[in-house]
Amino acid sequence: MADIFGNVLLASAPAGAGVGCDWADLALGVLFSLVAIVVVMTFAGLSVVAERKVCAYIQGRCGPNRTAIPWVLAVPVVGRFLQRAGLMQLAADGLKFLLKEDPLPGHVNKFWFMAAPVMSLSPVLISACVIPFGVYWSGGAANPLSVSNLDIGLLFALAMGGLGVYGTIMAGWSSNSKFPYIAAMRASAQVISYELCLAISTLPVVMFVAQGSDSPLSLFEIGRAQSGGAWFCIAQPLGALLFLTALFAETNRLPFDVAESETDLVSGFHTEYGSFKFGLFFVGEYGHMVVGSALFITLFLGAWNPLPWLAWPEEWGWVSSVLSLLTFLLKIAAMLFFFIWVRWTLPRFRYDQVMNLGWRALLPLSIANVVFYMVWLGLGF
Amino acid sequence: MSAMDKKEFTYPEPAELASGRIGEKMILNVGPSHPATHGVLRLKLELDADMVTRADPMVGYLHRGQEKLAENMTYNQFIPFTDRLDYLAPICNNVAFAQCVEKLAGIDVPPRCKAIRVIGCELSRIASHLVGLAAYGMDAGAWTVFMYCYTQREKIMTLFEQLTGARLTASYTRIGGLARDIPDGWLGNVSAFCSQFLPAFDEIDKLITRNRIFIDRTEGIGVISAEDAMQWGLTGPNLRGSGIATDLRKDVPYLGYEDYEFDVPIGVHGDCYDRWLVRIEECRQSVRIIRQAIEKMPDGPYKISDPRIVLPEKDKVLRNMEDLINNFMISTQGPAIPAGEAFFEADNPKGALGFYIISKGAGVPYRVKIRAPSFLSLSAMQEVLPGHHMSDVAIILGSMDFVLGECDR
Repeated sequence: MADIFGNVLLASAPAGAGVGCDWADLALGVLFSLVAIVVVMTFAGLSVVAERKVCAYIQGRCGPNRTAIPWVLAVPVVGRFLQRAGLMQLAADGLKFLLKEDPLPGHVNKFWFMAAPVMSLSPVLISACVIPFGVYWSGGAANPLSVSNLDIGLLFALAMGGLGVYGTIMAGWSSNSKFPYIAAMRASAQVISYELCLAISTLPVVMFVAQGSDSPLSLFEIGRAQSGGAWFCIAQPLGALLFLTALFAETNRLPFDVAESETDLVSGFHTEYGSFKFGLFFVGEYGHMVVGSALFITLFLGAWNPLPWLAWPEEWGWVSSVLSLLTFLLKIAAMLFFFIWVRWTLPRFRYDQVMNLGWRALLPLSIANVVFYMVWLGLGF
Repeated sequence: MSAMDKKEFTYPEPAELASGRIGEKMILNVGPSHPATHGVLRLKLELDADMVTRADPMVGYLHRGQEKLAENMTYNQFIPFTDRLDYLAPICNNVAFAQCVEKLAGIDVPPRCKAIRVIGCELSRIASHLVGLAAYGMDAGAWTVFMYCYTQREKIMTLFEQLTGARLTASYTRIGGLARDIPDGWLGNVSAFCSQFLPAFDEIDKLITRNRIFIDRTEGIGVISAEDAMQWGLTGPNLRGSGIATDLRKDVPYLGYEDYEFDVPIGVHGDCYDRWLVRIEECRQSVRIIRQAIEKMPDGPYKISDPRIVLPEKDKVLRNMEDLINNFMISTQGPAIPAGEAFFEADNPKGALGFYIISKGAGVPYRVKIRAPSFLSLSAMQEVLPGHHMSDVAIILGSMDFVLGECDR
């Protein structure tokens, strides 16, 4: 049993690594899990602050710059900086969600109502397991800085991303209220339209990786295929654009946030939610953005590599590993900025226009994209 | 009550479900507290899937009985109440009411008063349109437009504060003139505002007007034909958006608008996008008018000198018996307005705001009827909304730019 557990937990560990648990591997697995969760949650939290700060600067305002924790404020330069940067607002917001009364409306289906926020957050954390946040070398082989190097990592991440919408649908249905219900309907329609495009636009990447690797669906292999070569956003610009567009729809961000469009649906599927349950939705939404960005970076933006045709050299050892992790995190931050930037610049699509765009433009284009690279690779370029 | 008695959640019975629906259609209550309705409007929508099949605007949540209140106070006392009509353009309302009473009394205010009123009206128009555009942009999901517009409106509010002492509830006019003359250097501030406003406004314009998503959301949505617009009694930018070139400032000039050079923008298709364009252009035209008014600001008194209509100067009141009596009479009995009837309409940012006043010859009106353009814009909603998507409802409401304070009176 221990062996099975060991292997389930650490799919990257060599098979049959000793009878019983290999404690070093287990510790490493726990450590990586923590890192993944901390990275995703921290980024989700920070992106909330970033959202408020960036939108404030876009709109010519200051954003949150008053909240302060007294003894932190007493620290000479740092305290003032944290206050001005609005970072303590994050703690205040989090505490508010935790300490507020947690209302449970009488008209809801309690089980699904409470399960929905969990359902929207947990797939995000699970899919973070397969994201390679960097690379490290041991025993002459490159290994991913990830909880698990699944051979089907890409499929797993897409599947988990698709699960996220169940939280929305459950919330909308169990709320037993009209606005969340309409929002849930819109969300499910939107996911059906964009999931296809999202998956199909990644196929050419897999085809490229399959040229030089046995497990082309592994996100680590996809990242390695871009080390020291052209990133896939250069090799497949259309695919990158399609994936990015579908990602916006997938993460329910403006201009595709029809499930949450506050002007006609109050606040969409989480209208009936408050307090910590709303907080979970909130973190889930930003976590979704973080994982989605990580996926986009891995697939198209060269994963942990600093520049196209340039990789962190193996000879630098752990320095390279740290640099690769930092590169990846920096790219996530840049992607999050891009998400925020778009949100505060563009108006919102109407939801039938979103469907039109998905079915009439993005899906045919993504199929054409696949066919093009199929012919390209088939002809042996 | 024990835990066993506690009613557990059950799905509603079919009969209960039916109470919220008609056949396959869903009844959706939007408002009176809902982000799409810009105030306390309640819309009862009947939805077939996502399409509106019937829309029933329910107004009156902000009803304060202003017309009845007017019968119990002097003319000047009613002016603060007009602030609360279209509270986004208070000076326009003040002016419309004062003009109506002055028409009834046959008063012609001095040219300086007229010019100041024009500046106040046009600044109000810009401020009101900015809020209209901001809310409209927000309905389309463009939050940055909202903030950009409010930044500019904030500057106008500062100008109002300098002029009237209040930012929102200006109460600036009096029967026969104004509450006070413009403060020193205020015209310079207005000029400075105009100079920085135009480039800032261009930025707002560039940010969204040619945005593909925005055009997709608004073009061909909420179309009101010219005939319908006339039938429903739409006025102001909503009527001009439907392609009818009518502007009371041109057609029935008041306040000397005939001396100013400005254009009246009109739409072609009468859809939401045209109404957006009309409001955008009207802001620019208002700046034109303000600049002309500043340029030829006449000297002279800012109110008439009839002692039975306007209050005497304060220093005279304290030294002169006649003026003390007049001050007392106007303050307690109201200005001496002759018996008669008058109707006056001013082209306000929301449309033609009309006052119909019947006077039995005292300082208190016998009857005041307010013709509220927002009420008529909202009445058109039950004809315009059906056939549109649920998401378009917010856009159409935003494009009509109504204010519930005026609609409910």
